[in-house]
Amino acid sequence: MTWLLLAEAGVPEGGLFDLDATLPLMAVQVVLLTFLLNALFFRPVGKVVEDREGFISTSRADAKQKLAQVERLEADLAEQLKGARQAVQSVIVDAEKEVDGLYRQALAQAEAEANRTKEESRRGIEAERESARAQLKGKVDQLSTTIIDRLLAA
Amino acid sequence: MALMPLSLPFAKLEVGHHLYWQIGDLYLHGQVFLSSWILIGILLAFVLVGTRGMKRDPIGLQNLMEFLWDFIRDLARDQIGEKYYRDWLPFIGTLFLFIFVSNWGGALIPWKIIELPEGELGAPTADINTTVAMALLVTLAYFYAGLSRKGLRFFELYVEPTPIMLPFKIIEEFTKPLSLSFRLFGNILADELAVGVLVYLVPLIVPLPVMLLGLFTSAIQALIFATLAAFYIGEGLHEAH
Repeated sequence: MTWLLLAEAGVPEGGLFDLDATLPLMAVQVVLLTFLLNALFFRPVGKVVEDREGFISTSRADAKQKLAQVERLEADLAEQLKGARQAVQSVIVDAEKEVDGLYRQALAQAEAEANRTKEESRRGIEAERESARAQLKGKVDQLSTTIIDRLLAA
Repeated sequence: MALMPLSLPFAKLEVGHHLYWQIGDLYLHGQVFLSSWILIGILLAFVLVGTRGMKRDPIGLQNLMEFLWDFIRDLARDQIGEKYYRDWLPFIGTLFLFIFVSNWGGALIPWKIIELPEGELGAPTADINTTVAMALLVTLAYFYAGLSRKGLRFFELYVEPTPIMLPFKIIEEFTKPLSLSFRLFGNILADELAVGVLVYLVPLIVPLPVMLLGLFTSAIQALIFATLAAFYIGEGLHEAH
């Protein structure tokens, strides 16, 4: 390891606070290391991390936009559904009303028919009764004249 | 050092010994560079493996990488603000990662296996040169950030909220790097010394709690350094109302 001992005779005393050419050379070395690490570490890693951050934020914005769209569509569909429900309800009500009307109409018709028949038969009966009474009255008259004739003849 | 038993090479304490390299008239602390190269190599290898074939859906090491990046980004963003943190993220992150790897590497890697002719390998942050270098870089970054954004109006900061603050603000410019560098240096060196002394006295088990505590403080120091650096830069960029 003697090759490492480059300095010849007249080596400085040394000591803890021995400042010498090590200082500027070390400074240059640190500056060089800064450029090296910038090229090998900070720039590539920073690029990857920032690319990912950009990707995440754009994906997020994208997802947000899509979510808003979905919500809009959902509201739209809900509105449509509500309209359809109302239409169905009105159709049902209409149909019920119609059926009710038809029923009432048929009922009234049937009632009227029945009344008419009743009236007709009542009138028939009345007429028959009248005619029977008239007939009976004729016969009574005939009989009474016969009785009177016989009594007078006797 | 003659009292030290030669049979225990792992428990030798050395402070202030450096492996000197000479370039022209300049001297360098070789052990600091050797260990920092090894640690930077480990860090780069880790980063290279972790960032290979990254996908949008993370798997395996990529998760750890992203966690780390996220952590550093939060740190920078909290201190510097949403508008400018991007420019300074690599610097703050590099400070954090380098200090963290240095601190933990210095504590976890058995450096003593590699024997040096002089000095010893260890955490690069236990050398005052490294911490002062990084603290001065932070100060430079602070001035650069402020001046490039606000021009000379940057210096209005010194007289806000009242001109009475001027001397304190000027003193602060010196104390900032001083406290940054000495805090890190002191903590890491003290941790290494405490562990070293304990290992020297009782080689088994007893140093373990101190070692764990050392790992904890090491991580905290990295966080503190990076947070303060980000805070100073954020202060330089701060909008005057």
